Amino acid sequence: MKVKLHIWRQSKKSTRKDFKQDGKMVCYEVDHVSPDMSFLEMLDVLNEDLIRSGEEPVAFDHDCREGICGSCGVMIDGVAHGPEKGTTTCQLHMRSFQDGAEIYIEPWRASAFPVIRDLVVDRAAFDRVVQSGAYISVNTGAPQDANAIPIPKPDADKAFDAATCIGCGACVASCKNASAMLFVGAKISHFAHLPQGKVEREQRARNLVEQMDEEGFGNCTNQYECEAVCPKEIPIRVIADMNREFLRAKAKEE
Amino acid sequence: MNLDARIPDGPIQDKWDTRKFQLKLVNPANKRKYRIIVVGSGLAGASAAASLAELGYAVDCFCYQDSPRRAHSIAAQGGINAAKNYRNDGDSIWRLFYDTVKGGDFRAREANVYRLAQCSVNIIDQAVAQGVPFARDYSGLLDNRSFGGAQVSRTFYARGQTGQQLLLGAYAALSRQIGLGTVTMYNRSEMLDLVKVDGHAKGVVVRDLVSGEVRSHAADAVIIATGGYGNVFYLSTNAKGCNVTAAWRAHKQGAGFANPCYTQIHPTCIPVSGDHQSKLTLMSESLRNDGRVWVSKKQGDKRLAHEIPNDERDYYLERKYPSFGNLAPRDIASRAAKEVCDDGRGIGDTGLGVYLDFRDSIERLGEPAIKARYGNLFHMYQKITAENPYKQPMRIFPAVHYTMGGLWVDYDLQSTIPGMFVCGEANFSDHGANRLGASALMQGLCDGYFVVPYTIGGYLAGQRPGAVDTNHPEFRKVEQEVEDRTKRLLAVKGKRTVDDFHRLLGKTMWDGCGMARNKAGLEQAIRDIPVMREEFWQDVKVLGSAETMNQSLEKAGRVADFLEFGELMCRDALAREESCGGHFREEHEIEGEAKRDDENFAHAAVWEHTGEIHNSIRHQEELVFDNVKLAVRSYK
Repeated sequence: MKVKLHIWRQSKKSTRKDFKQDGKMVCYEVDHVSPDMSFLEMLDVLNEDLIRSGEEPVAFDHDCREGICGSCGVMIDGVAHGPEKGTTTCQLHMRSFQDGAEIYIEPWRASAFPVIRDLVVDRAAFDRVVQSGAYISVNTGAPQDANAIPIPKPDADKAFDAATCIGCGACVASCKNASAMLFVGAKISHFAHLPQGKVEREQRARNLVEQMDEEGFGNCTNQYECEAVCPKEIPIRVIADMNREFLRAKAKEE
Repeated sequence: MNLDARIPDGPIQDKWDTRKFQLKLVNPANKRKYRIIVVGSGLAGASAAASLAELGYAVDCFCYQDSPRRAHSIAAQGGINAAKNYRNDGDSIWRLFYDTVKGGDFRAREANVYRLAQCSVNIIDQAVAQGVPFARDYSGLLDNRSFGGAQVSRTFYARGQTGQQLLLGAYAALSRQIGLGTVTMYNRSEMLDLVKVDGHAKGVVVRDLVSGEVRSHAADAVIIATGGYGNVFYLSTNAKGCNVTAAWRAHKQGAGFANPCYTQIHPTCIPVSGDHQSKLTLMSESLRNDGRVWVSKKQGDKRLAHEIPNDERDYYLERKYPSFGNLAPRDIASRAAKEVCDDGRGIGDTGLGVYLDFRDSIERLGEPAIKARYGNLFHMYQKITAENPYKQPMRIFPAVHYTMGGLWVDYDLQSTIPGMFVCGEANFSDHGANRLGASALMQGLCDGYFVVPYTIGGYLAGQRPGAVDTNHPEFRKVEQEVEDRTKRLLAVKGKRTVDDFHRLLGKTMWDGCGMARNKAGLEQAIRDIPVMREEFWQDVKVLGSAETMNQSLEKAGRVADFLEFGELMCRDALAREESCGGHFREEHEIEGEAKRDDENFAHAAVWEHTGEIHNSIRHQEELVFDNVKLAVRSYK
């Protein structure tokens, strides 16, 4: 296979709002692509070619390459993680593209995720949201026996469905408002369905929503783009869970 | 080199209590005066950092990823063992202890393993309290499944992503402490060297991977929790960034490195599809609960799987190991796969693969039941191979997965450098020569939550807090060395890429020091690696500068260390003239099974660095088995 790539190249961390001045799209051709390659392996091939020809390779985040660490993620032809549903960029394979395809590759775009270099963005805002309260305050050594509190299977399953979030940021990148509500909703929904999470539920909902706003993430306007691109297919109902928990917390405050 | 493991006296059941009582305590008001550096944020690092901060210590934690949540513990699929005996099937702490010592082919330290089995039950309690959504049955109670090397169901799991759920639990605990200001987290920061003052570990030098800045951090103690070295093989199930650098730098500063030749080859991975391959993907061992492993009885059989009738199939694990069958431990299942492939009965274009077949389970339980158990794994398999495992058997082949060797530690997890502790896969202590499935998560969390928070206090109680800061000349010296090395990598300006060298090293290691090893092959690798290393420093091409994000430069530093470490690994494999667990020497076998030599090799081999790798000195820690009888490890 042969592909023509248009890739965002940027050498310094973004500092201004008008990102177009920070870098530019550059065109490359890669001609020894196998359909069995993953998308990132195709970029590896490009990078090896670039290094040999004396050009600096394209920087991109990646680590586990098995769809779970959440490091990787780029916009591929305008879609976060590319054309396959429920798939991270590292698990996307070149067989999903036509021979001779022209592919546009860009970093996540959101003012809360400044570009660091080429396709690498800074997602520390997600960590700060978690630090504001996406946990159960239990010190090591304190708990009772694990089977002391039975949890109905449907609740446990709902908690699990939300907990599968890998924190990649595709939801933010795909949203026209750069909203992080699918991410934050998943955190809130995970704990809201567990008895252990109930103790701190009001505080958690308030803190997470407040931190989310402070980081500059936008609001939800029900476009469902986040659900469509989420590699773990987290359902939009987690945003409803978040809204309910937040309203409940606010009501109790009065 | 002092290799006194400092195991407490008394019966094995009481040793940990004895030690906890012996350890000096740090007054709660004084704890905040002590600073502890934790390198790595996987299960071991994150749980240690969080637990220490909860106790009141000031903690600095470092990871090379952009968030602590991304450490490779996240990728563990199958589960975590614990001796809860919720199934009422005869499990106990003693049985988990016994299974782990036996599974490790009698090359682990008894006292450590017993403590691991004791703490296993607390880990599950802790994780559930944190909100880890383990699988439950309809009663609302926790579910279990069985795993390789055990005949009881003691494995707790969270669908196929137990690692992510447990890491998110530890990451949440860590995040809570970061939010409270007790842990300072340094993301995208890679440890490039250890700093010792008067023989004690007192800090690290790290490179900020965004700005390129090289910085020193001082502390009263250092914990290394940087994982394993499987990427020395280039292709492995490790994440691309996993590396030996932190451990290797510490070794060069005087920490003993134990049993580097013990590597685990996991039997169920997706086979290699071509030269472009950048990593291998594991298919959880839990699949062997319901999948049957087979190849054709005929050599070179090119028929499709469904065209081969039952009586022409060789279910070789069930045939050779009737009592454990498809649940034979990893090293044994991997070698059995190699054996049938060497016999010309491997499947697929390359002949390097065997079938893992769910046909019979789907007939027995129905597709929905199989989907509920393994849905996400089947989905992942289909994405990678474009084959549907509900309709045709999976193709699998062994791949490098885990490394049992690591930095030597005593019973308190302290290395031969005072003040430097090592947790998780980075140390050597608990798995012997082979790790059983679902035991890595258990060990990482046991070390981090329940061992090091106690034992490090015993060390700190004898130290004056904040005795050393980064103005100490030793920090300047190490910083300079790190900067010089980085400049040297950029100054070579050769013709070959870093990946070229890494692939070459990987192939050499796989051929010489892979699933089966022999004297000639190891000697060849020991000759080849130094040549490769020399070529690397003359011909590697690293572009860009040290003052920005430079991913090629990061890789180059890691591969340079692998090129040194690989040689030590081969030397260790050559010196160990026996077969045990994951270390299989072709010269030492009986009817294809590993032949241990307990008379001469019932010890951990601990290497001391003396300047040149070929001059490294091999020391021994004798392993004493008072509670488990040394026996031929049989799964027949």
